[in-house]
Amino acid sequence: MNACVQTVTDYGLRAVGIGKRLLPREDFTLCEQFTLIGSGMIWNVYFGVLALIAGFGFATLLALGKASNIKTVRKPSEWFIFLFRGSPLFIQFFFGYFLFLKLKIVFPIFAPFTAAWLGALVVLFFNTSAYTAEIFYGALRSIPKGDVEAADAYGLSGWSRFKRVIWPTMLRLAWPAYTNEAIFLFHATTLVFFSGFPAWQQRGDALYYASYFADKTFNPFIPYPILAGYFILLTLCVIGLFSIVNRRLNRHLPANTRQRLRIRPNLIR
Amino acid sequence: MACYLTTGKHMSIYWSVLTVILLLAITAPTALAFGFAGASAARSRIAPVSWLGRGYIAVVRGVPDIAFFLFFVIALDQVIEATRHHVLCPDWVEPIRQGSDFVVCQAAKMPLGNAPQWVHESYGFAVAVFTFAIVFGAFAANVIQGAMGAVPRGQIETGESYGMTSRQTFWRILVPQMWIYALPGLSNLWMILIKATPLLFLLGIQDIVYWARELGGIKTSRFTDYPHGDWRMWYFLALLVFYLIFTRFSEITLERLMTRLTRGQATTAGEAQRKADTT
Repeated sequence: MNACVQTVTDYGLRAVGIGKRLLPREDFTLCEQFTLIGSGMIWNVYFGVLALIAGFGFATLLALGKASNIKTVRKPSEWFIFLFRGSPLFIQFFFGYFLFLKLKIVFPIFAPFTAAWLGALVVLFFNTSAYTAEIFYGALRSIPKGDVEAADAYGLSGWSRFKRVIWPTMLRLAWPAYTNEAIFLFHATTLVFFSGFPAWQQRGDALYYASYFADKTFNPFIPYPILAGYFILLTLCVIGLFSIVNRRLNRHLPANTRQRLRIRPNLIR
Repeated sequence: MACYLTTGKHMSIYWSVLTVILLLAITAPTALAFGFAGASAARSRIAPVSWLGRGYIAVVRGVPDIAFFLFFVIALDQVIEATRHHVLCPDWVEPIRQGSDFVVCQAAKMPLGNAPQWVHESYGFAVAVFTFAIVFGAFAANVIQGAMGAVPRGQIETGESYGMTSRQTFWRILVPQMWIYALPGLSNLWMILIKATPLLFLLGIQDIVYWARELGGIKTSRFTDYPHGDWRMWYFLALLVFYLIFTRFSEITLERLMTRLTRGQATTAGEAQRKADTT
């Protein structure tokens, strides 16, 4: 038991570079595997949360752009969404990494982008923005005609109509799909350290450590189920948070017409 | 330039494009079969079979996909080798797991240590296909399960009123009618399958990602007639464009198929088509 507490203090924050420098090399205990993989989850949460928050704002803009009547606004948004939704995230990571390497030579300011904490975050941010924008765009198009007409009848227009009627309704309609998108995004963060971005000083994410253990012990039956357990926990947290918001978005509707969150996670992008 | 793009190594990247397409061509029907089996099992009236189907769908979908890929390649390999070990070398007394090693007798190695290179490669490929099929089979099972539920109850009842057994209604009504409901989900799945093919790289196959990294890397004039700097960015750009074109092409094809299948169906789109035809 004490040995395990010691392991947790040694490796609990290993993924961000605090604690013992050397990873365990032999006689792996179950405790070590739990601790290190859990410590790697810090990165998954970091990438997921930041990309989600930043992506939310950008996705709203993109969705409005795609729904716009002005061609010079609509075309770039459409292309952006097509570009990031039509190609595999894995290739985007590779391309992004090598692009940043090139840019670094010309403009030294791009140096931090070649590290995972910023470069991969940017790629994830663009990717989730594109997927979310498509969801929001679909919701924008299915806003009931009557809602907008009612807003017009009340003399709302422009910004106040958007803020009070269109945007909340869009979010309400998009929310179940957006929850799934958030779950995918967290799953997609596991790709980062397998796609060119180096894990500096072996500071990697959960999957990085899980595959480290699987390579060393040649026994996949322990680290991967641990990883799966962590991800199921993370998914449950995401669902919990999102359903609180969902309840708030639907609070004005009679209870029997409220949309339930239907969680259908797990697809590869 | 033309000479550069046709060097021996570049030929391998073109071959690997074919590998990707071959993988898609094999995986898609296999996954569909897995999905069909899974969905039918989940609908079964025999409880254990139903649990098996439901369990399969739930477990595969609940776990992060990439972890599943990484896990399955090793796990499948070990399960095969361990089974062969027990069958082929029954008088072997030492345990298979010795600390960090996985030891089986020589005859149980899969593929055999002295097998030619191509056997190793195709074995790796087969394992990859199987992994893909299992993962995507679960997704497909979910789609098909939903589609079977969406077939209007009246159509099945009509079949029953004609005196069909439940087996007959399943094969003659439910299965032919469900495709129109399954197609949107399945075409979505096909897109995802296309976009999952670069993950072959993680399974240790020398696929396009592998070759793009290899060929794009810095080449000095000592090793090749065409020295160049770090071109990996351009190679991956080419891959990006390849996938964009591929998905766009599939999108258009699937759209056509959808229009074809909608004809005469009791759905909104089918009704709209009927109206358009009659006027």
